[in-house]
Amino acid sequence: MTGLGIDFDVAHMLAGLLVLVSFMLLYQDRLTALINVFALHAATLSLSVAWQAYVQDAPHLYLTAVIALGLKAIVIPLALHRMVRRLGIHREIESVVGIGPTMLAGMGLVALSMVVMLKVTPGADQLAREDLAFALSVLLLGLLMMVTRRNAVGLVLGFMSLENGLVLAATGAKGMPLVVEISVAFSVLIAFIVIGVFLFRIRERFETVDVGAIDRFREGRR
Amino acid sequence: MTVLDLLSDANINALFAILALPAAAAALLAALPGYRLASRVNVAASGLTFLAALSLFVRRPQMGLYLQVDDLSIVFIVLNTFVGFTTSLFSASYIAHEIEIGRLTRRRLRFYHAMYQVLMFGMNLALVSNNIGVMWVAIELATLTTVMMVGIYRTHQALEAAWKYFILGSVGIALALFGTILVYVAARPVVGEGLSGMVWTVLIGQAHRFDPALLNVAFVFLLLGYGTKVGLAPLHAWLPDAHAEGPTPISAVLSGLLLNVALYAVLRFKLLLAANPGAIAPGPMMVTMGLASVLFAAFMLYRRKDIKRLFAYSSIEHMGIIAFAFGMGGPLANFAGLLHMTMHSLTKSAIFYTVGHIAQVKGTQRIADIRGLTASHPALGWTLVAGVIAIAGLPPFGIFVSEFLVVSSTFARQPLLAMLLVFGLLVAFGALLMQVQAMAFGDPGKGPAAPVRASYLPIFGHLLLVLGAGIALPPALAAWFEHVARLLG
Repeated sequence: MTGLGIDFDVAHMLAGLLVLVSFMLLYQDRLTALINVFALHAATLSLSVAWQAYVQDAPHLYLTAVIALGLKAIVIPLALHRMVRRLGIHREIESVVGIGPTMLAGMGLVALSMVVMLKVTPGADQLAREDLAFALSVLLLGLLMMVTRRNAVGLVLGFMSLENGLVLAATGAKGMPLVVEISVAFSVLIAFIVIGVFLFRIRERFETVDVGAIDRFREGRR
Repeated sequence: MTVLDLLSDANINALFAILALPAAAAALLAALPGYRLASRVNVAASGLTFLAALSLFVRRPQMGLYLQVDDLSIVFIVLNTFVGFTTSLFSASYIAHEIEIGRLTRRRLRFYHAMYQVLMFGMNLALVSNNIGVMWVAIELATLTTVMMVGIYRTHQALEAAWKYFILGSVGIALALFGTILVYVAARPVVGEGLSGMVWTVLIGQAHRFDPALLNVAFVFLLLGYGTKVGLAPLHAWLPDAHAEGPTPISAVLSGLLLNVALYAVLRFKLLLAANPGAIAPGPMMVTMGLASVLFAAFMLYRRKDIKRLFAYSSIEHMGIIAFAFGMGGPLANFAGLLHMTMHSLTKSAIFYTVGHIAQVKGTQRIADIRGLTASHPALGWTLVAGVIAIAGLPPFGIFVSEFLVVSSTFARQPLLAMLLVFGLLVAFGALLMQVQAMAFGDPGKGPAAPVRASYLPIFGHLLLVLGAGIALPPALAAWFEHVARLLG
């Protein structure tokens, strides 16, 4: 560990950038833009992971970076774009809460994760500490995004940004066994397949991917 | 090769057998066209897995870096494979009916059988893994397979339930992974980098030297994450829908097994915290969530209109009791928790088997449309009554014993908590009796009264076991539970 040299600065910057892009995800009100920002989110993550691989001299992390770039920054956004076009839902996303309160809540969550993580990790090295704090921020912002979106595609993107936070945490923890990184990437793949299946089924049956419509349907049943 | 070598060889293979059998069966069932043959293969594979699990009692395999069996997990493994086996028996007669009425196609059934074995594989892997990362992957696998099985009917309600379960389950699983990463970060300065930082047997041996603050935060995430899968309030929202809309064998496996597997994960990490003197006591958090689940579910039981939803809420109540008992800790409460978990798994799956047949003969899950069962279908009706008496905690069934132990051990230490728990139990008791009274007695009306081809063997088997445990708990089992309860601290 080179202390607080350039290694740390770059890692710090990339992780901070990921949090910023998480904020950008919060206020997108069009699905196509949302998907593009998610691609940016995943690309930032893969840069950050690649830098960690270089700093920690852990070549297997490059694999994680490539998976993040290929799958989450390219393949999934392309597939989602196609899906959105096929479903014909370029309209605005209805958010449960307004953008202002959402951003404020987001800031509160970032502050919370800084306070919690920096306080409990005095023993860990500086890089891991900051990484964990940023990772928790990304995770909580992903949760916030899932809560504020009513649209199924928005929900899925929120969940994947949350998983990006997990990958950041896993790579920040130095020497974490490979099994976990692979499993994370793998689980995202499975999750995507499952979600894809569900989205298409939902479209088949409901003619909409709006979760609110499913709720309305359910109330009618009662 | 001497006989002893052969024996030890066979026993090392037992651990692999309980993983390899479901995996091989899943591959075979995915390719097998006929549903009659497939359900027989399903039963055979589940039965063999159960036998392999039983052989673990005779001789324990050595610990590995990835797999291990200890006194705690063996209880879960045997229970898991046993209920998996009996559910496959019930499933055989259940799906025969579903095929007849055309609710499931043959192709979908092939998928169903393969997924059933993948689920068994996932749960067994979670229970025998010696690595907290592998355990997480296994629980995620089990979650994903159940999501797909809940949605198998492809109706509006089934898809909605599966979607909700999928989203909430994934968030829970994600939180649990963050907690797992934090445990590794806490362990790294002590046990060093790499694989050993995730190996359970290494972690528990060194836990007293971990950073307590980090462990605390990790446990909060793990409790929230795996607690979602246990179905503890306020993270239970997925559970009633998933139970109500999926095929009934899956409801039985969800309630009887998957909730236990998630609880097992929580218990593992609770042990880790208990081994660290500086960490907070995890008990009060589990007690709070458990008590909240009991009280919440007890009141929700009154207004249920769907019979499977009713018993799903009852599962939330009972998982609450179990979490409460383990949260209280101490040899007696832990013993009660283990006993209650076993009794609940057996009773609740027996009830779901019965409910599955009832819903099939009545053609509905609406409680209001199920009337006078003891008159129209005496065997099913009285079995349901017996099952509800057992689950409501009346003597002479085993749940009475375990609930009595939970309450009495709590009264000695925290009278106020015990009173709250008793209040919740009584409210739930009243609700269950009220609901079953309407369904079992009264005028059957003009509803369908077709004779039923039910498989009574698994139902009666489970209820007899619960009855036997209520009258006289076998000394060997009691001694084993006492031993494990002491391990749990």
